[in-house]
Amino acid sequence: MKAGVVVFPGSNCDRDAAVTLQAVTGHPAEMIWHGDTDMPDCDLIVVPGGFSYGDYLRSGAMAAHSPICRTIVEKAKRGVPVLGICNGFQILTETGLLPGILMRNASLRFICKDVYIRPERTDTIFAAAYEAGKAIRIPIAHKDGNYFADRETLDRLDGDGLVAFRYCTEQGEVSDAANPNGSQRNIAGLYSENGRILGMMPHPERLADAMLGGVDGRPLFQSLVNSIH
Amino acid sequence: MTEPTTDRTEPTITPETIAAHGVKPDEYEHLVSLLGRTPNLTELGIFSVMWSEHCSYKSSKVWLKTLPTEGPHVIQGPGENAGVVDLGDGLAAIFKMESHNHPSYIEPYQGAATGVGGIMRDIFTMGARPVANLNALRFGSPHHAKTRRLISGVVSGIGDYGNCIGVPTVGGETNFDPRYNNNILVNAMCVGLAPSDRIFYSAAAGSGNPVVYVGSKTGRDGIHGATMASAEFDDQSEEKRPTVQVGDPFTEKLLLEACLELMQQDTIIAIQDMGAAGLTSSSVEMASKGGVGIRLDLDHVPQRESGMTAYEMMLSESQERMLMVLRPGSEPQAEAIFRKWELDFAVIGTTTETGRLEIMHQGALKADLPIPALADEAPSYERPYQLRKPPAMIAPDMVPARGSIADTLLELMGSPNLCSRRWIWEQYDHMVMGDTVQRPGGDAALIRIHGTNKGLASTCDVTPRYCQADPFEGGKQAIAESWRNLTAVGADPLAVTDCLNFGNPERPEIMGEFVGCIQGMAQACHAFAFPVVSGNVSLYNETNGVAIPPTPGIGAIGLIADLAQSATIALKPDQVILKLGKTRGHLGQSLYQELATGSYNGAPPSVDLEQEKHIGDFVRSLIRKDLCHTVHDLSDGGLLVGLAEMALAGGTGFTIDELKTDLSPHAYYFGEDQGRYLLAVSAENANIIDECALAASIELTEIARSGGDAITLPHESPLPLAALRSAHEAWFPGYFAE
Repeated sequence: MKAGVVVFPGSNCDRDAAVTLQAVTGHPAEMIWHGDTDMPDCDLIVVPGGFSYGDYLRSGAMAAHSPICRTIVEKAKRGVPVLGICNGFQILTETGLLPGILMRNASLRFICKDVYIRPERTDTIFAAAYEAGKAIRIPIAHKDGNYFADRETLDRLDGDGLVAFRYCTEQGEVSDAANPNGSQRNIAGLYSENGRILGMMPHPERLADAMLGGVDGRPLFQSLVNSIH
Repeated sequence: MTEPTTDRTEPTITPETIAAHGVKPDEYEHLVSLLGRTPNLTELGIFSVMWSEHCSYKSSKVWLKTLPTEGPHVIQGPGENAGVVDLGDGLAAIFKMESHNHPSYIEPYQGAATGVGGIMRDIFTMGARPVANLNALRFGSPHHAKTRRLISGVVSGIGDYGNCIGVPTVGGETNFDPRYNNNILVNAMCVGLAPSDRIFYSAAAGSGNPVVYVGSKTGRDGIHGATMASAEFDDQSEEKRPTVQVGDPFTEKLLLEACLELMQQDTIIAIQDMGAAGLTSSSVEMASKGGVGIRLDLDHVPQRESGMTAYEMMLSESQERMLMVLRPGSEPQAEAIFRKWELDFAVIGTTTETGRLEIMHQGALKADLPIPALADEAPSYERPYQLRKPPAMIAPDMVPARGSIADTLLELMGSPNLCSRRWIWEQYDHMVMGDTVQRPGGDAALIRIHGTNKGLASTCDVTPRYCQADPFEGGKQAIAESWRNLTAVGADPLAVTDCLNFGNPERPEIMGEFVGCIQGMAQACHAFAFPVVSGNVSLYNETNGVAIPPTPGIGAIGLIADLAQSATIALKPDQVILKLGKTRGHLGQSLYQELATGSYNGAPPSVDLEQEKHIGDFVRSLIRKDLCHTVHDLSDGGLLVGLAEMALAGGTGFTIDELKTDLSPHAYYFGEDQGRYLLAVSAENANIIDECALAASIELTEIARSGGDAITLPHESPLPLAALRSAHEAWFPGYFAE
């Protein structure tokens, strides 16, 4: 699998994503500079975390209007898998590839900690290596991760099975107490309708190395490797 | 020699103008004699910042020279933007700690944010990628009206800056003491990694080489920040808000990437970040170190506001800017890199043979000053000092027992100075860059050196109440504690950076505190072969004549050759807990004493440097031999607090069957004797370690067994870990929920 990692000015998890991709796929990831419009052929596009353009407007709003994003939208529409992590998720909602928006955390503070999330489906290219209903431990690190959409959209997401992950307890129970940022219906990650795009606030690339205290992020990348090539 | 023009709109230099610039009358006379004429306003401004305490170290210089600064690993000691230490395998660590106290009190969010930005620039100016941030924070009493707002602003300022730039904030410390009510301390430390053969320095060289400005545009912010930071506060201090700079972490991230990209090439002769005193200090320092002159044409300086005068541009402390001297002809390739990162790039001057700082603006010569007068010939004072007689030792039983030990533990662990700092460090991204091996909460922060199996440990330490009681012992203890914390994770301690926060040095008793701390630090650094390679001095931390406790903040780093041989504080079940080092029940200046009596009294615990080194080397050898992977040093709160911290970190309780001591229980459990460690090991390894300790003449006591979910002490009801955890975790969230 050949993965490309997009680098915006202000991206700061681009290297972390590339390190994990290389560890899992065995191939170096291609770093894609934001100013370029032509993109190398990739089997997976990763939009990494960080503070693109400083996020001085709404998080992800500036990046969504950059030249590279037009190419990402085009490729996504042609079915190239896209994984947006943290700021990447914010950017994907700003481009309209995923519905809703990520608002300021309910606490109004930045939160960096491990949380538990539950894969809602395991029949996708991103989650096939996870066990259905079993919570995984993945860190979050954001100030704007509070997912919001109107009721109609939320019902549609639920009805169509487009919620990828929900914040939950260690035992897999979805509850208010397990919701770190106030997200509607504990939504931590979303799929596009064709299941080829995943946006998520937690950072699977950060816990994919036992030395760093956990490997629950690794199956996400393994799933992609297994299903793509 | 042509005299620089004086603008007709410029005020004439009066004694009031001189005083407003913080220049003393005798300093002004000296200045006039060096110059051979009266300065104009721009020149006075330049002199005032270069001769400020903040830039000139005029009160501290003579004493800083007494600290050991050399060692086999030291590539660069004090005098550059940061210290450089060899890590082997072609890598070097570049690190420094710096204060941003005055601005953080006036405007906590921006003050703290720009403190983090400034220290990171010091690191990447030298060619290193920053890999770890730490911070040491001192606030006033939690009950003081301003404390809540100050903590909240400082923590979010530090977080927003470091989080955005993508460098993990991995450690630090936070204390409360009413003596910081009107002068909080914000000390930020940064550690970076660079190839040891590609380190960049600030000495300019040659004549006719381009002087290049990169980064953000210059505005009117922060004018006289360095002067503000060199004076005491009074009731009107908040009017100084305009002297606080505004941070832009996004631009700093671009500047970091652009500088590191340029540093791949061979184009930079010298580079210096524009920190305190901005363009003035960066150009003077580069010229002074290289023994050359610099001529700047301010018309080419990228400006954020129109109509700025030469005075304003030279004194602005706008953030995220760098000054470089490039090899002639390399400007186009350098410019391309900065344009790619959408940053300003401007050739604003050249190096000269004159040895002078010449400032042109709108076709007129606005300043013409000899560089040596600004730098080397800046005032240096041997200020009178008065050493304090240390207070008498307090015998353990002079401090009353307080009934239940378990209840006392619960109270201490839930108190502001010992409770969990999770509320703080969860606001910092401590995992970005993917190398954080030990997250905050342990003895020292531990990151992996990217792409290797080596570890870099870092820590910030000082116990201000010890320094207040006895500056000499307090200075020794600060160095010893940092050395001990590095040891406890298994690292070889390498070197120190210091951040020396004191009151007004013009008062002999304050100068005495400074001298005492330095002497104690120097003695400890010598004993451990632990050189000081960088640092910063922050004086005049006082308000209306009341000074902070002497606070010589110590930052230190250490190296672990193989991360498999490291230790954490997390207790595991079914282990034997050993205590190394002698327990004398020293309760003077302890947190227990404050809880039991309401104040800190008597002498602080003293550090036996020889014993300290002997025991520390022993602990490290056990970790290296795979005999032990759970270690905690004993410091604030003493033995029982140390045990409780291990239990909480590992989620495992412990049982003490009987006290093996002649001391009263409260002195045994809560005394803060130095040079002690707790180890948790298997029964089998305990026997081996016992023999080793005997052979090394180190006092070792088996004190407890781990297991269960409670803390069980003799003659006490078990204290459930869950209850301890909620007390420990509750203080900060509760304080901010009020």
